[in-house]
Amino acid sequence: MGARLWLSGTWLGLLALAALFAPWVAPHDPLAQDLFLGRLPPFWMDGAEPGYWLGTDSLGRDVLSRMIHGARIALMVALIAGTLTCLIGATLGVLAGFYRGWSDRIISRLVDIWMAFPPVLFAILLIAVLGPGLLSIILAIVIIDWTRFARVIRAETLSQGAMDYVASAQVAGRTRFSTMIAEILPNILPTVIALLTLEMGIAVIVEAILSFVNLSISTDSPTWGGMIAEGRTSVHQAWWVLVFPLFTLFLTVLSFSQLGEGLKDRFDPVLR
Amino acid sequence: MSGFLDIKGLTLRLRGGPTILRSVSLRVASGKVHGLVGESGAGKSTIGKAVLGTLPRAIEITGGEIWLDGVNLLALPPRERRRRIGATAALIPQDPLTALNPSKRIGPQITRRLIDILGWSKADANRRARDILDEVHIPDVARVMRSYPHELSGGMRQRVLIASAFAAEPKLIVADEPTTALDVTVQKQILRLINEMRARHGTALLFVTHDLGVVSKVCNSLSVLYAGKVVEEAQMHRFFTQPIHPYSRALLAATPTYLDPDGSLQPVPAEVIQEVETEVHQHAQRAGYDV
Repeated sequence: MGARLWLSGTWLGLLALAALFAPWVAPHDPLAQDLFLGRLPPFWMDGAEPGYWLGTDSLGRDVLSRMIHGARIALMVALIAGTLTCLIGATLGVLAGFYRGWSDRIISRLVDIWMAFPPVLFAILLIAVLGPGLLSIILAIVIIDWTRFARVIRAETLSQGAMDYVASAQVAGRTRFSTMIAEILPNILPTVIALLTLEMGIAVIVEAILSFVNLSISTDSPTWGGMIAEGRTSVHQAWWVLVFPLFTLFLTVLSFSQLGEGLKDRFDPVLR
Repeated sequence: MSGFLDIKGLTLRLRGGPTILRSVSLRVASGKVHGLVGESGAGKSTIGKAVLGTLPRAIEITGGEIWLDGVNLLALPPRERRRRIGATAALIPQDPLTALNPSKRIGPQITRRLIDILGWSKADANRRARDILDEVHIPDVARVMRSYPHELSGGMRQRVLIASAFAAEPKLIVADEPTTALDVTVQKQILRLINEMRARHGTALLFVTHDLGVVSKVCNSLSVLYAGKVVEEAQMHRFFTQPIHPYSRALLAATPTYLDPDGSLQPVPAEVIQEVETEVHQHAQRAGYDV
Protein backbone atom coordinates (compact mmCIF):
# COMPACT_ATOMS: atom_id res chain seq x y z
CA MET A 1 0.00 0.00 0.00
CA GLY A 2 1.04 3.57 -0.51
CA ALA A 3 3.28 3.14 -3.56
CA ARG A 4 1.61 5.97 -5.42
CA LEU A 5 1.69 8.12 -2.32
CA TRP A 6 5.46 7.61 -2.08
CA LEU A 7 6.19 8.00 -5.76
CA SER A 8 4.13 11.15 -6.17
CA GLY A 9 5.33 12.53 -2.83
CA THR A 10 8.99 11.96 -3.78
CA TRP A 11 8.63 13.68 -7.14
CA LEU A 12 6.83 16.68 -5.66
CA GLY A 13 9.30 16.83 -2.78
CA LEU A 14 12.27 16.88 -5.15
CA LEU A 15 10.59 19.51 -7.27
CA ALA A 16 9.87 21.64 -4.21
CA LEU A 17 13.48 21.41 -3.04
CA ALA A 18 14.78 22.27 -6.50
CA ALA A 19 12.41 25.24 -6.69
CA LEU A 20 13.29 26.47 -3.22
CA PHE A 21 17.04 26.36 -3.84
CA ALA A 22 16.88 27.13 -7.55
CA PRO A 23 19.76 29.67 -7.63
CA TRP A 24 22.11 27.10 -6.06
CA VAL A 25 20.78 23.97 -7.75
CA ALA A 26 20.52 25.25 -11.33
CA PRO A 27 23.82 24.72 -13.17
CA HIS A 28 23.49 27.92 -15.24
CA ASP A 29 21.85 31.30 -15.23
CA PRO A 30 18.42 30.57 -16.77
CA LEU A 31 18.47 33.85 -18.69
CA ALA A 32 22.07 33.81 -19.96
CA GLN A 33 22.13 33.62 -23.74
CA ASP A 34 25.02 32.34 -25.80
CA LEU A 35 24.30 32.05 -29.48
CA PHE A 36 27.39 29.87 -30.02
CA LEU A 37 25.82 27.25 -27.73
CA GLY A 38 22.37 27.35 -29.41
CA ARG A 39 20.31 24.14 -29.77
CA LEU A 40 22.74 21.85 -27.98
CA PRO A 41 21.21 18.35 -27.65
CA PRO A 42 20.82 16.54 -24.27
CA PHE A 43 23.82 14.72 -22.79
CA TRP A 44 23.43 11.28 -24.38
CA MET A 45 23.30 12.54 -27.98
CA ASP A 46 26.13 13.40 -30.35
CA GLY A 47 27.27 16.99 -30.15
CA ALA A 48 26.27 17.43 -26.50
CA GLU A 49 28.30 19.84 -24.43
CA PRO A 50 29.23 18.75 -20.86
CA GLY A 51 27.38 20.73 -18.20
CA TYR A 52 24.29 21.27 -20.38
CA TRP A 53 22.49 18.09 -19.28
CA LEU A 54 19.22 18.61 -21.08
CA GLY A 55 20.56 20.74 -23.91
CA THR A 56 19.92 24.38 -24.75
CA ASP A 57 17.27 26.29 -26.67
CA SER A 58 17.76 28.33 -29.83
CA LEU A 59 19.18 31.26 -27.84
CA GLY A 60 21.66 29.01 -26.03
CA ARG A 61 19.86 29.07 -22.65
CA ASP A 62 20.21 25.95 -20.50
CA VAL A 63 16.96 23.94 -20.57
CA LEU A 64 17.48 22.26 -17.17
CA SER A 65 18.17 25.56 -15.40
CA ARG A 66 15.12 27.15 -16.98
CA MET A 67 12.95 24.23 -15.92
CA ILE A 68 14.20 24.46 -12.33
CA HIS A 69 13.45 28.18 -12.20
CA GLY A 70 10.10 27.56 -13.90
CA ALA A 71 9.21 25.13 -11.11
CA ARG A 72 9.28 28.04 -8.65
CA ILE A 73 6.41 29.79 -10.36
CA ALA A 74 4.51 26.58 -11.06
CA LEU A 75 4.64 25.46 -7.44
CA MET A 76 3.96 28.90 -6.02
CA VAL A 77 0.82 29.17 -8.14
CA ALA A 78 -0.18 25.61 -7.21
CA LEU A 79 0.15 26.17 -3.48
CA ILE A 80 -1.31 29.65 -3.16
CA ALA A 81 -4.07 29.40 -5.77
CA GLY A 82 -4.96 25.83 -4.75
CA THR A 83 -5.26 26.68 -1.06
CA LEU A 84 -7.22 29.88 -1.60
CA THR A 85 -9.60 28.21 -4.04
CA CYS A 86 -10.12 25.36 -1.61
CA LEU A 87 -10.79 27.63 1.36
CA ILE A 88 -13.32 29.78 -0.45
CA GLY A 89 -15.06 27.02 -2.40
CA ALA A 90 -15.20 24.49 0.43
CA THR A 91 -16.50 27.04 2.92
CA LEU A 92 -19.32 28.08 0.59
CA GLY A 93 -20.05 24.42 -0.20
CA VAL A 94 -20.32 23.43 3.45
CA LEU A 95 -22.52 26.42 4.25
CA ALA A 96 -24.85 25.68 1.33
CA GLY A 97 -25.01 21.95 2.07
CA PHE A 98 -25.45 22.25 5.81
CA TYR A 99 -27.76 25.23 6.25
CA ARG A 100 -29.63 24.76 2.97
CA GLY A 101 -32.54 27.21 2.64
CA TRP A 102 -31.71 30.63 1.24
CA SER A 103 -27.92 30.31 1.64
CA ASP A 104 -28.02 27.20 -0.54
CA ARG A 105 -30.24 28.90 -3.08
CA ILE A 106 -27.92 31.88 -3.42
CA ILE A 107 -24.69 29.87 -3.55
CA SER A 108 -26.02 27.22 -5.93
CA ARG A 109 -27.45 29.80 -8.31
CA LEU A 110 -24.14 31.65 -8.27
CA VAL A 111 -22.30 28.42 -9.10
CA ASP A 112 -24.67 27.71 -11.99
CA ILE A 113 -24.17 31.16 -13.45
CA TRP A 114 -20.40 30.97 -12.94
CA MET A 115 -20.07 27.65 -14.67
CA ALA A 116 -21.83 28.90 -17.77
CA PHE A 117 -18.74 31.00 -18.63
CA PRO A 118 -16.11 29.22 -20.74
CA PRO A 119 -13.22 28.99 -18.23
CA VAL A 120 -10.22 29.64 -20.50
CA LEU A 121 -11.83 32.68 -22.11
CA PHE A 122 -12.83 33.88 -18.67
CA ALA A 123 -9.23 33.55 -17.49
CA ILE A 124 -7.83 35.40 -20.50
CA LEU A 125 -10.41 38.13 -20.04
CA LEU A 126 -9.56 38.46 -16.36
CA ILE A 127 -5.82 38.70 -17.05
CA ALA A 128 -6.51 41.29 -19.72
CA VAL A 129 -8.37 43.36 -17.13
CA LEU A 130 -6.03 42.72 -14.21
CA GLY A 131 -2.84 42.94 -16.26
CA PRO A 132 -0.31 40.10 -16.44
CA GLY A 133 1.60 39.01 -13.35
CA LEU A 134 1.75 36.30 -10.72
CA LEU A 135 -1.00 37.86 -8.61
CA SER A 136 -3.35 38.05 -11.59
CA ILE A 137 -2.85 34.38 -12.41
CA ILE A 138 -3.60 33.36 -8.84
CA LEU A 139 -6.67 35.59 -8.70
CA ALA A 140 -7.92 34.27 -12.02
CA ILE A 141 -7.62 30.65 -10.85
CA VAL A 142 -9.39 31.37 -7.58
CA ILE A 143 -12.18 33.32 -9.23
CA ILE A 144 -12.80 30.64 -11.84
CA ASP A 145 -12.32 27.43 -9.90
CA TRP A 146 -14.02 27.92 -6.53
CA THR A 147 -17.18 26.49 -8.08
CA ARG A 148 -15.54 23.08 -8.43
CA PHE A 149 -15.12 22.87 -4.64
CA ALA A 150 -18.45 24.45 -3.84
CA ARG A 151 -20.39 21.90 -5.89
CA VAL A 152 -18.65 18.76 -4.73
CA ILE A 153 -18.41 19.76 -1.07
CA ARG A 154 -22.04 20.87 -1.02
CA ALA A 155 -23.16 17.45 -2.27
CA GLU A 156 -20.91 15.69 0.22
CA THR A 157 -22.18 17.82 3.10
CA LEU A 158 -25.79 17.20 2.07
CA SER A 159 -25.31 13.45 2.18
CA GLN A 160 -23.49 13.57 5.52
CA GLY A 161 -26.14 15.86 6.96
CA ALA A 162 -28.84 13.28 6.27
CA MET A 163 -27.11 10.66 8.41
CA ASP A 164 -28.49 9.68 11.80
CA TYR A 165 -25.33 10.64 13.66
CA VAL A 166 -26.06 14.27 12.91
CA ALA A 167 -29.55 13.92 14.42
CA SER A 168 -28.04 12.18 17.44
CA ALA A 169 -25.60 15.02 17.96
CA GLN A 170 -28.48 17.50 17.87
CA VAL A 171 -30.48 15.49 20.39
CA ALA A 172 -27.39 15.49 22.60
CA GLY A 173 -27.58 19.28 22.64
CA ARG A 174 -24.96 20.32 20.10
CA THR A 175 -25.72 23.59 18.36
CA ARG A 176 -26.05 23.52 14.60
CA PHE A 177 -22.79 25.36 14.11
CA SER A 178 -20.82 23.06 16.35
CA THR A 179 -22.45 20.04 14.70
CA MET A 180 -21.17 21.33 11.37
CA ILE A 181 -17.63 21.90 12.65
CA ALA A 182 -17.17 18.93 14.95
CA GLU A 183 -19.30 16.22 13.36
CA ILE A 184 -19.57 16.85 9.64
CA LEU A 185 -16.27 18.54 8.81
CA PRO A 186 -14.05 15.57 9.81
CA ASN A 187 -16.06 13.37 7.46
CA ILE A 188 -15.69 15.58 4.41
CA LEU A 189 -12.02 16.31 5.05
CA PRO A 190 -10.76 13.38 2.94
CA THR A 191 -12.73 14.72 -0.02
CA VAL A 192 -11.46 18.24 0.59
CA ILE A 193 -7.87 17.00 0.59
CA ALA A 194 -8.31 15.01 -2.61
CA LEU A 195 -9.89 18.02 -4.30
CA LEU A 196 -7.21 20.36 -2.99
CA THR A 197 -4.34 18.42 -4.53
CA LEU A 198 -6.32 17.96 -7.73
CA GLU A 199 -6.81 21.72 -7.81
CA MET A 200 -3.07 22.24 -7.33
CA GLY A 201 -2.48 20.15 -10.44
CA ILE A 202 -5.10 22.15 -12.31
CA ALA A 203 -3.47 25.40 -11.17
CA VAL A 204 -0.16 24.21 -12.64
CA ILE A 205 -1.89 23.51 -15.95
CA VAL A 206 -3.72 26.84 -15.99
CA GLU A 207 -0.48 28.68 -15.26
CA ALA A 208 1.18 26.78 -18.12
CA ILE A 209 -1.67 27.59 -20.50
CA LEU A 210 -1.56 31.27 -19.61
CA SER A 211 2.19 31.47 -20.06
CA PHE A 212 1.84 29.51 -23.30
CA VAL A 213 -0.35 32.28 -24.67
CA ASN A 214 2.05 34.79 -23.15
CA LEU A 215 -0.37 36.11 -20.55
CA SER A 216 1.65 34.99 -17.57
CA ILE A 217 4.36 36.99 -15.86
CA SER A 218 7.03 38.95 -17.74
CA THR A 219 9.01 37.05 -20.35
CA ASP A 220 12.32 37.18 -18.50
CA SER A 221 11.12 34.77 -15.80
CA PRO A 222 11.20 31.27 -17.25
CA THR A 223 7.96 29.31 -17.03
CA TRP A 224 7.12 25.80 -18.25
CA GLY A 225 4.32 27.11 -20.41
CA GLY A 226 6.57 29.74 -21.93
CA MET A 227 9.25 27.13 -22.65
CA ILE A 228 6.69 24.92 -24.37
CA ALA A 229 5.58 27.85 -26.48
CA GLU A 230 9.14 28.67 -27.49
CA GLY A 231 10.00 25.02 -28.10
CA ARG A 232 7.02 24.62 -30.37
CA THR A 233 8.57 26.85 -33.05
CA SER A 234 11.73 24.76 -33.30
CA VAL A 235 10.39 21.32 -32.50
CA HIS A 236 11.89 19.76 -35.66
CA GLN A 237 15.41 21.02 -34.95
CA ALA A 238 15.42 20.82 -31.15
CA TRP A 239 12.64 18.61 -29.77
CA TRP A 240 14.15 18.66 -26.26
CA VAL A 241 13.21 22.29 -25.69
CA LEU A 242 9.55 21.27 -25.97
CA VAL A 243 9.54 17.72 -24.63
CA PHE A 244 11.32 18.12 -21.28
CA PRO A 245 9.11 20.86 -19.84
CA LEU A 246 6.04 19.12 -21.23
CA PHE A 247 7.00 15.86 -19.54
CA THR A 248 7.78 17.63 -16.26
CA LEU A 249 4.41 19.34 -16.39
CA PHE A 250 2.71 16.02 -17.04
CA LEU A 251 4.53 14.26 -14.18
CA THR A 252 3.79 17.08 -11.77
CA VAL A 253 0.07 17.25 -12.48
CA LEU A 254 -0.19 13.45 -12.31
CA SER A 255 1.71 13.45 -9.00
CA PHE A 256 -0.64 16.00 -7.50
CA SER A 257 -3.72 13.94 -8.30
CA GLN A 258 -2.11 10.71 -7.11
CA LEU A 259 -0.94 12.36 -3.92
CA GLY A 260 -4.52 13.43 -3.29
CA GLU A 261 -5.92 9.94 -3.80
CA GLY A 262 -3.21 8.49 -1.58
CA LEU A 263 -3.82 11.02 1.19
CA LYS A 264 -7.55 10.48 0.96
CA ASP A 265 -7.08 6.78 1.62
CA ARG A 266 -4.80 7.61 4.52
CA PHE A 267 -7.25 10.04 6.11
CA ASP A 268 -10.43 8.08 5.62
CA PRO A 269 -10.91 5.73 8.58
CA VAL A 270 -13.26 3.53 6.57
CA LEU A 271 -10.74 2.94 3.79
CA ARG A 272 -7.69 2.81 6.01
CA MET B 1 -52.49 10.53 35.67
CA SER B 2 -50.30 12.91 33.76
CA GLY B 3 -47.50 11.43 31.72
CA PHE B 4 -43.80 12.08 31.81
CA LEU B 5 -44.10 12.91 28.14
CA ASP B 6 -47.40 14.52 27.36
CA ILE B 7 -48.20 15.55 23.81
CA LYS B 8 -51.35 17.63 23.48
CA GLY B 9 -53.00 18.39 20.16
CA LEU B 10 -49.74 18.48 18.21
CA THR B 11 -50.33 19.67 14.66
CA LEU B 12 -47.56 19.86 12.07
CA ARG B 13 -47.51 20.71 8.45
CA LEU B 14 -45.11 21.04 5.58
CA ARG B 15 -44.32 24.74 5.17
CA GLY B 16 -46.91 25.96 2.69
CA GLY B 17 -48.07 22.41 2.16
CA PRO B 18 -50.28 19.65 3.55
CA THR B 19 -50.84 18.83 7.20
CA ILE B 20 -48.68 15.97 8.49
CA LEU B 21 -49.88 15.50 12.06
CA ARG B 22 -53.49 16.26 12.98
CA SER B 23 -53.95 17.19 16.60
CA VAL B 24 -52.00 14.25 17.97
CA SER B 25 -52.25 13.63 21.70
CA LEU B 26 -50.47 10.90 23.59
CA ARG B 27 -48.75 10.38 26.88
CA VAL B 28 -45.96 8.18 28.12
CA ALA B 29 -45.98 7.54 31.86
CA SER B 30 -42.73 7.52 33.82
CA GLY B 31 -40.91 4.25 33.37
CA LYS B 32 -43.51 2.89 30.93
CA VAL B 33 -43.25 1.89 27.29
CA HIS B 34 -45.63 3.43 24.81
CA GLY B 35 -45.79 2.01 21.31
CA LEU B 36 -46.45 4.13 18.27
CA VAL B 37 -47.65 2.06 15.33
CA GLY B 38 -48.91 2.80 11.86
CA GLU B 39 -48.11 2.37 8.19
CA SER B 40 -45.15 3.99 6.52
CA GLY B 41 -45.84 7.70 6.18
CA ALA B 42 -48.39 7.80 8.99
CA GLY B 43 -46.19 10.19 10.92
CA LYS B 44 -44.73 7.90 13.60
CA SER B 45 -41.12 9.00 13.23
CA THR B 46 -42.18 12.61 12.83
CA ILE B 47 -43.68 12.56 16.32
CA GLY B 48 -40.37 11.24 17.67
CA LYS B 49 -38.49 13.98 15.84
CA ALA B 50 -40.83 16.66 17.15
CA VAL B 51 -40.21 15.48 20.71
CA LEU B 52 -36.43 15.47 20.24
CA GLY B 53 -36.34 18.76 18.35
CA THR B 54 -34.85 17.33 15.17
CA LEU B 55 -37.67 18.11 12.75
CA PRO B 56 -36.43 19.15 9.32
CA ARG B 57 -36.77 22.85 8.65
CA ALA B 58 -39.41 22.21 6.01
CA ILE B 59 -41.86 21.14 8.70
CA GLU B 60 -43.50 23.70 10.92
CA ILE B 61 -45.41 23.23 14.15
CA THR B 62 -48.77 24.95 13.83
CA GLY B 63 -50.32 23.95 17.13
CA GLY B 64 -50.17 21.91 20.28
CA GLU B 65 -47.90 21.38 23.23
CA ILE B 66 -45.14 18.91 24.07
CA TRP B 67 -44.71 18.56 27.82
CA LEU B 68 -41.52 16.83 28.87
CA ASP B 69 -40.98 16.38 32.60
CA GLY B 70 -43.42 19.16 33.42
CA VAL B 71 -42.10 21.71 30.91
CA ASN B 72 -43.73 22.66 27.63
CA LEU B 73 -40.82 22.35 25.19
CA LEU B 74 -42.52 24.40 22.50
CA ALA B 75 -42.74 27.41 24.82
CA LEU B 76 -38.98 27.45 25.46
CA PRO B 77 -36.43 29.47 23.47
CA PRO B 78 -34.38 27.21 21.14
CA ARG B 79 -31.18 27.16 23.21
CA GLU B 80 -32.99 26.32 26.43
CA ARG B 81 -35.11 23.69 24.64
CA ARG B 82 -32.01 21.99 23.22
CA ARG B 83 -30.36 21.89 26.65
CA ARG B 84 -33.52 20.55 28.24
CA ILE B 85 -33.94 17.78 25.65
CA GLY B 86 -30.24 16.88 25.84
CA ALA B 87 -30.45 16.49 29.60
CA THR B 88 -33.68 14.47 29.80
CA ALA B 89 -34.13 12.56 26.56
CA ALA B 90 -32.14 10.42 24.14
CA LEU B 91 -32.58 8.65 20.84
CA ILE B 92 -32.03 5.07 19.75
CA PRO B 93 -31.93 5.55 15.98
CA GLN B 94 -33.13 3.27 13.26
CA ASP B 95 -30.04 2.61 11.22
CA PRO B 96 -26.96 1.67 13.25
CA LEU B 97 -24.82 1.98 10.13
CA THR B 98 -25.22 5.74 9.82
CA ALA B 99 -25.93 6.65 13.42
CA LEU B 100 -22.31 6.69 14.54
CA ASN B 101 -19.89 9.26 13.20
CA PRO B 102 -17.59 7.26 10.88
CA SER B 103 -14.53 9.39 11.58
CA LYS B 104 -14.59 9.16 15.37
CA ARG B 105 -13.74 6.39 17.79
CA ILE B 106 -16.57 4.82 19.81
CA GLY B 107 -15.36 6.01 23.23
CA PRO B 108 -15.52 9.76 22.57
CA GLN B 109 -18.87 9.37 20.82
CA ILE B 110 -20.37 8.03 24.06
CA THR B 111 -18.61 10.41 26.44
CA ARG B 112 -19.26 13.53 24.36
CA ARG B 113 -22.74 14.11 25.71
CA LEU B 114 -21.70 13.40 29.31
CA ILE B 115 -18.95 16.00 29.10
CA ASP B 116 -20.82 18.58 27.02
CA ILE B 117 -24.28 18.50 28.54
CA LEU B 118 -23.84 17.17 32.04
CA GLY B 119 -20.42 18.72 32.63
CA TRP B 120 -18.74 15.51 33.77
CA SER B 121 -14.97 15.21 33.98
CA LYS B 122 -13.27 13.21 31.25
CA ALA B 123 -12.22 10.45 33.64
CA ASP B 124 -15.74 10.07 35.04
CA ALA B 125 -17.24 10.03 31.57
CA ASN B 126 -14.79 7.36 30.42
CA ARG B 127 -15.52 5.20 33.43
CA ARG B 128 -19.24 5.59 32.80
CA ALA B 129 -18.82 4.66 29.12
CA ARG B 130 -16.94 1.49 30.06
CA ASP B 131 -19.59 0.51 32.61
CA ILE B 132 -22.50 1.10 30.27
CA LEU B 133 -20.84 -0.80 27.41
CA ASP B 134 -20.29 -3.64 29.81
CA GLU B 135 -23.97 -3.48 30.72
CA VAL B 136 -25.07 -4.02 27.11
CA HIS B 137 -22.90 -7.15 27.00
CA ILE B 138 -20.13 -5.91 24.78
CA PRO B 139 -17.06 -8.11 25.00
CA ASP B 140 -13.62 -6.51 25.21
CA VAL B 141 -14.89 -3.05 26.10
CA ALA B 142 -11.46 -1.42 25.99
CA ARG B 143 -10.95 -2.46 22.38
CA VAL B 144 -14.44 -1.37 21.31
CA MET B 145 -13.92 2.06 22.90
CA ARG B 146 -10.87 2.54 20.68
CA SER B 147 -12.55 1.17 17.53
CA TYR B 148 -14.01 3.10 14.64
CA PRO B 149 -17.67 2.32 13.84
CA HIS B 150 -16.86 0.45 10.63
CA GLU B 151 -14.82 -2.06 12.62
CA LEU B 152 -17.94 -3.30 14.41
CA SER B 153 -20.85 -5.41 13.16
CA GLY B 154 -24.37 -3.99 12.80
CA GLY B 155 -25.58 -5.69 15.96
CA MET B 156 -22.57 -4.44 17.93
CA ARG B 157 -23.16 -0.92 16.68
CA GLN B 158 -26.79 -1.05 17.78
CA ARG B 159 -25.58 -2.17 21.22
CA VAL B 160 -23.20 0.77 21.30
CA LEU B 161 -26.06 3.10 20.37
CA ILE B 162 -28.26 1.67 23.11
CA ALA B 163 -25.43 2.10 25.60
CA SER B 164 -24.90 5.63 24.37
CA ALA B 165 -28.61 6.43 24.76
CA PHE B 166 -28.66 5.17 28.35
CA ALA B 167 -25.27 6.62 29.32
CA ALA B 168 -26.57 9.95 30.58
CA GLU B 169 -29.49 8.32 32.46
CA PRO B 170 -32.20 10.05 30.42
CA LYS B 171 -35.75 9.78 31.71
CA LEU B 172 -37.18 9.30 28.22
CA ILE B 173 -35.80 7.46 25.25
CA VAL B 174 -37.28 7.63 21.77
CA ALA B 175 -36.57 4.38 19.93
CA ASP B 176 -37.17 4.93 16.23
CA GLU B 177 -37.67 1.46 14.73
CA PRO B 178 -34.51 0.26 16.46
CA THR B 179 -34.65 -3.24 15.03
CA THR B 180 -35.78 -2.59 11.47
CA ALA B 181 -32.30 -2.46 9.95
CA LEU B 182 -31.09 -5.61 11.72
CA ASP B 183 -31.51 -9.22 10.70
CA VAL B 184 -34.08 -11.32 12.51
CA THR B 185 -31.81 -13.22 14.88
CA VAL B 186 -30.16 -10.02 16.08
CA GLN B 187 -33.54 -8.24 16.34
CA LYS B 188 -34.64 -10.48 19.18
CA GLN B 189 -31.47 -9.96 21.18
CA ILE B 190 -31.66 -6.21 20.71
CA LEU B 191 -35.31 -6.08 21.81
CA ARG B 192 -34.51 -8.11 24.89
CA LEU B 193 -31.57 -5.82 25.61
CA ILE B 194 -33.67 -2.65 25.30
CA ASN B 195 -36.26 -4.13 27.61
CA GLU B 196 -33.67 -5.20 30.14
CA MET B 197 -31.91 -1.82 30.14
CA ARG B 198 -35.18 0.08 30.38
CA ALA B 199 -36.41 -1.98 33.32
CA ARG B 200 -33.09 -1.58 35.17
CA HIS B 201 -32.85 2.17 34.61
CA GLY B 202 -36.57 2.93 34.98
CA THR B 203 -36.59 4.85 31.69
CA ALA B 204 -39.77 5.78 29.86
CA LEU B 205 -39.74 4.67 26.25
CA LEU B 206 -41.55 5.94 23.17
CA PHE B 207 -41.26 2.98 20.85
CA VAL B 208 -41.84 3.75 17.18
CA THR B 209 -42.45 0.67 15.03
CA HIS B 210 -44.68 -0.86 12.39
CA ASP B 211 -44.37 -4.32 13.88
CA LEU B 212 -47.29 -5.26 16.16
CA GLY B 213 -45.40 -8.38 17.22
CA VAL B 214 -42.63 -6.19 18.63
CA VAL B 215 -45.20 -3.95 20.32
CA SER B 216 -46.83 -6.89 22.06
CA LYS B 217 -43.48 -7.89 23.53
CA VAL B 218 -42.24 -4.59 24.91
CA CYS B 219 -45.05 -2.03 25.29
CA ASN B 220 -47.50 -1.22 28.08
CA SER B 221 -49.75 0.90 25.91
CA LEU B 222 -49.90 2.08 22.32
CA SER B 223 -51.27 4.60 19.86
CA VAL B 224 -52.34 3.62 16.38
CA LEU B 225 -51.68 6.29 13.81
CA TYR B 226 -53.29 6.72 10.43
CA ALA B 227 -52.46 9.63 8.11
CA GLY B 228 -51.17 11.74 10.97
CA LYS B 229 -54.13 11.11 13.26
CA VAL B 230 -54.36 8.88 16.32
CA VAL B 231 -57.23 6.50 15.60
CA GLU B 232 -56.91 4.47 18.78
CA GLU B 233 -55.02 4.78 22.04
CA ALA B 234 -55.15 1.75 24.28
CA GLN B 235 -53.58 -0.29 27.01
CA MET B 236 -51.70 -3.25 25.59
CA HIS B 237 -53.89 -6.01 26.95
CA ARG B 238 -57.15 -4.44 25.89
CA PHE B 239 -55.86 -3.65 22.41
CA PHE B 240 -54.96 -7.23 21.59
CA THR B 241 -58.08 -8.76 23.09
CA GLN B 242 -60.70 -6.26 21.94
CA PRO B 243 -59.50 -3.54 19.56
CA ILE B 244 -62.14 -0.86 19.18
CA HIS B 245 -61.33 0.89 15.94
CA PRO B 246 -61.94 -1.05 12.70
CA TYR B 247 -58.52 0.00 11.41
CA SER B 248 -56.89 -1.49 14.51
CA ARG B 249 -58.81 -4.71 13.97
CA ALA B 250 -57.69 -4.80 10.35
CA LEU B 251 -54.07 -4.19 11.35
CA LEU B 252 -54.22 -7.04 13.84
CA ALA B 253 -55.73 -9.29 11.21
CA ALA B 254 -52.89 -8.39 8.86
CA THR B 255 -50.23 -9.72 11.23
CA PRO B 256 -48.90 -13.01 9.85
CA THR B 257 -48.75 -15.98 12.20
CA TYR B 258 -45.88 -18.37 12.38
CA LEU B 259 -47.88 -21.54 11.68
CA ASP B 260 -49.83 -20.26 8.68
CA PRO B 261 -47.75 -17.51 7.09
CA ASP B 262 -49.65 -17.35 3.79
CA GLY B 263 -53.22 -17.84 4.97
CA SER B 264 -52.92 -15.41 7.85
CA LEU B 265 -51.75 -12.49 5.71
CA GLN B 266 -54.92 -10.40 5.42
CA PRO B 267 -54.58 -7.06 3.66
CA VAL B 268 -56.41 -4.15 5.25
CA PRO B 269 -59.87 -4.22 3.52
CA ALA B 270 -60.73 -1.33 1.22
CA GLU B 271 -63.88 -0.46 3.24
CA VAL B 272 -61.76 0.05 6.35
CA ILE B 273 -59.35 2.31 4.48
CA GLN B 274 -62.35 4.21 3.14
CA GLU B 275 -63.75 4.53 6.63
CA VAL B 276 -60.54 5.90 8.17
CA GLU B 277 -60.03 8.27 5.26
CA THR B 278 -63.54 9.67 5.83
CA GLU B 279 -62.92 9.96 9.54
CA VAL B 280 -59.64 11.81 9.04
CA HIS B 281 -61.31 14.05 6.48
CA GLN B 282 -64.20 14.93 8.75
CA HIS B 283 -61.83 15.61 11.58
CA ALA B 284 -59.82 17.89 9.33
CA GLN B 285 -62.92 19.81 8.29
CA ARG B 286 -64.06 20.23 11.88
CA ALA B 287 -60.64 21.45 12.92
CA GLY B 288 -60.51 23.68 9.86
CA TYR B 289 -57.23 22.75 8.21
CA ASP B 290 -56.58 21.70 4.67
CA VAL B 291 -56.02 18.02 3.89
